[in-house]
Amino acid sequence: MTTADLLGKILQVVMGLAVFAAVVGLLIFFIDKAPKKGRDYWQLAGFLTPALLFVAVGLVYPAIRTSILAFQDSSGAWTLDNFVWTFTQPAAIRTLINTVIWVLLVPTFATAVGLAYAVFIDRSRGERYYKAILFMPIAISFVGASVIWKFVYEYRSGEREQIGLLNAIVVAFGGEPVQWLQTDPINTILLIVVMIWVQTGFAMVVLSAAIKGIATEQIEAAQLDGTNAWQRFTNVTIPGIRGALVVVLTTISIATLKVFDIVRTMTAGNFNTSIVANEMYTQAFRASEIGRGSALALILFVLVLPIVIYNVNVLRKQREIR
Amino acid sequence: MSSVAPADLPVGKNLGTLEGVEQAEYAQPKTMRVKKQLTSRTATIASLIIAVLWTIPTFGLFISSFRPAELIRTTGWWTIFANPGFTLENYRDVLFSSSQSSPQLGSYIVNSIAIALLATLIPLVFASMAAYAFAWMRFRGVGVLFIIIFALQIIPLQMALVPLLQIFSTVLRPMQAWLHDVIPIIPEQNYLPLWLAHSMFALPLAIFLLHNFISEIPADVIEAARVDGATHGQIFFRIVLPLAVPAIASFAIFQFIWVWNDLLVALIFSGGTSDVAPLTQRLAELTGTRGQDWQLLTAAAFISIIIPLIVFFSLQRYFVRGLLAGSTKG
Repeated sequence: MTTADLLGKILQVVMGLAVFAAVVGLLIFFIDKAPKKGRDYWQLAGFLTPALLFVAVGLVYPAIRTSILAFQDSSGAWTLDNFVWTFTQPAAIRTLINTVIWVLLVPTFATAVGLAYAVFIDRSRGERYYKAILFMPIAISFVGASVIWKFVYEYRSGEREQIGLLNAIVVAFGGEPVQWLQTDPINTILLIVVMIWVQTGFAMVVLSAAIKGIATEQIEAAQLDGTNAWQRFTNVTIPGIRGALVVVLTTISIATLKVFDIVRTMTAGNFNTSIVANEMYTQAFRASEIGRGSALALILFVLVLPIVIYNVNVLRKQREIR
Repeated sequence: MSSVAPADLPVGKNLGTLEGVEQAEYAQPKTMRVKKQLTSRTATIASLIIAVLWTIPTFGLFISSFRPAELIRTTGWWTIFANPGFTLENYRDVLFSSSQSSPQLGSYIVNSIAIALLATLIPLVFASMAAYAFAWMRFRGVGVLFIIIFALQIIPLQMALVPLLQIFSTVLRPMQAWLHDVIPIIPEQNYLPLWLAHSMFALPLAIFLLHNFISEIPADVIEAARVDGATHGQIFFRIVLPLAVPAIASFAIFQFIWVWNDLLVALIFSGGTSDVAPLTQRLAELTGTRGQDWQLLTAAAFISIIIPLIVFFSLQRYFVRGLLAGSTKG
């Protein structure tokens, strides 16, 4: 990086800040000096216009346009070919199957481990540090997490000493080292492990807070009845946190459907590891198949939609009860 | 994008604070009694195992980034005591080396900071303005508008990328070229598309979160200011913004980290050169092109995750709250 480069970048930020400040300043000025007639409407418009403009240009129009593009070929004629391709080509079908595997495994394991951990560390000494350890991966980017785990899965051929932890363990037990990320179908599972590693902390924090919301009296009453720890867990804890469990499962499902960076960074979707979110990028921006990319984006939207609606419904019901 | 807001999570008010939970429990001797009986030895061991499993991968990366290239290549990081070696060479290499073949992370770090700065500020200001209007300016139709914006959170980023890129290349590209002609040190690829794209994608969540908070401000406060003759602009800047600081902080931290960690938006709108591309994009690129040079990858990866980790450990309260709120954004 030369000094001129750096200056150019700093200048960009300063100019960006100046222009933005000027825009906001002008807006507020006109809001306060709005004409007497219809003043309230002018003020409302002043406060809302920037956000509405951004949302319209950045989300509403593009979403409609993508939905249209999904049903067109490259010349703009109406067609269903993009969807036919998605549901008939073996590679595309594999992408859909992988997506289903992801969305089944990640929420299940992340929630199970997060719940177990939350129960184990509940009211133990140093709970705060235990929580920080499990929550930390959420702060790391998916790209960073991918590099971390790629190092764990690293493969060395022949007699050379393994530097990847996983292969070192395999060799220590007398096995042959494996090219993990190139080996179908284990590679998909190993990518899923990365996502579980990231999401477990989220499940743990939400569930831990829910567990603390259960009345101590309930647990003590169960204890007096002579129940053991497992019975208390299934009969008192689980019913007490059912709402939180649903929210955690659905939230992680949505995040899993949309995750792109892990597959992109670790295998770029090769070796049969692609999922819809990654394939959308590959088709639209690498292969210039705008139609197929749009169809995949639409499929992603349709997959996410019912989970979101269910999620919102559960949340609303819970608020009514409270 | 998010369908879960902090106010909606079915948990107590201590949710946002990892430490708050612990303080609350020390205040209750009754729970301490239950604690002893609940915490069995198996549970302690199991939680220790999980904690170790979760830390080892990051720990290995961290150790390796300080080992000489030759040792990384030939021995596992867990043999550090048998094959000792410590060097800062890897970090010097990825940060300061100016040779063509080295990662030259310096400019990408500047890019990440520059992108995240305005991509946090712009949606924050526009969203608080909109949230104020939605909460305190009563008009017919405003409620419906708010619900529409709330609903927009369900649109995945992938739905917006292709058309938005087309818009940017027809509208912004000529402006960028013109700016480059006028001020040559600003490259033709500049930050503008990324700032705008991130701001647009952030707004629905931001408006929703800030609205939740701003609408809770007591009506008396706003009314009193209005009676005293304050304009909407004055109320917004002097009363609403200062009172909304906790919500603003949570969202700002979430958005900053989100932009810092983002790869998808960067890949599509940055153009990929060292003029604009952020750290994550460079790191992803390096895993492709320099996939075997672990001395570079480990150091580069650690540099890219250190900022979020610092924010995480220093601002844990806001960080957890913000991240929980936006956990499905994207």
